[in-house]
Amino acid sequence: MDFFKKLMTAIRGSGRELGEAIIDSQGIRIYEQEIDDAKEAIKKAEQDLTGVMAKEMQAGREIERLEKEIAEYESKALSALDQDNEALAGEVADKIAELEVELDTQKVAKQQFSAHVESVKEMIKQTHAKIREHEREISMVKTTDNVQKAAKSINQHIDGGSSNMVAAKESLERIKHRQQEESDRMAASETLNAELSGESLENKLKAAGIGADADRKKQVLERLKAKRQTS
Amino acid sequence: MNGLLEKLETVLGMPDTGTLNGFEYEFNPIPGDVEVIQVVFKDREELPIYLTQSDSQMLCICYLWEEKEIISKKRSEMLEVMLDMNISVPLSSFGRIGNRYTIFGALSLDSSAESIARELTVLSDNALDAIDAMSEYLN
Repeated sequence: MDFFKKLMTAIRGSGRELGEAIIDSQGIRIYEQEIDDAKEAIKKAEQDLTGVMAKEMQAGREIERLEKEIAEYESKALSALDQDNEALAGEVADKIAELEVELDTQKVAKQQFSAHVESVKEMIKQTHAKIREHEREISMVKTTDNVQKAAKSINQHIDGGSSNMVAAKESLERIKHRQQEESDRMAASETLNAELSGESLENKLKAAGIGADADRKKQVLERLKAKRQTS
Repeated sequence: MNGLLEKLETVLGMPDTGTLNGFEYEFNPIPGDVEVIQVVFKDREELPIYLTQSDSQMLCICYLWEEKEIISKKRSEMLEVMLDMNISVPLSSFGRIGNRYTIFGALSLDSSAESIARELTVLSDNALDAIDAMSEYLN
């Protein structure tokens, strides 16, 4: 979370001077080295983990074996006692005591291996989180750096006159004006098309004897006849 | 990694000039420390889009207005409106680089031709709409 604040301070601090590196390349290299180291540490930890887990399983099997053996000897000791063979029962008891010491040692070892496995797993989890965090930070730094460098080129391009930056409202007006001109042109061309096709339609109608002018001759003749009758 | 221009041409399957979603366009590389391509749409020459890429994303940036164009007593209201509008504007967000306000969109480096074409044309439309909508805050 701290990183966001650092980046914010850096951007706000150097915002007026574009193109300045937020974190120098040395800083980025240190971060990248930390990521590589962390990845290496994970690889080693994972190898260790397999070894320790194998030892833990081994200890578990040893415990099972010892418990089984103890149970067997106990049953033998009981048989000896049943036969009132105290001396033999005593010898078996000695053997059981010896096995119990070994069993305790194995149980302690297994506990230690289990604790080790847990701590290595936790370490791997934390390292993964650290790598994710560093990678995100690096990506933010590189993006910021890239944007600042790009902005420097763009600003030089704009200020250099090869692409004048016109005030936004004026740009909008010019673009709207061109769009209006374009749509006027299209409207005019549509009107023209309509008129042209309309004219030809009139001609066709006339030729077919349909429309206002078609029976003009007849109308004139009738008007003249009517005039003669009244005169 | 291929250069941005080669990539655009490969992805879009077009040379430096052509038509994108019905817009005639022109790609112009801009000299500098990092690769920047200026995309100019015909009849929208005043609002070119600048494309650049970092190791994690491709950025399409359109410069809208400068700090000096803002009516000073309306500045904080304008900033609030931009912040409020940010989430609703499709595919683009407002930003500021130095003293220039921008509208921009970010794309994954492996974006398809359709996504890039859509981003560029939507950004251009958004830029026009944004200036239109924010005109009351500008001189």
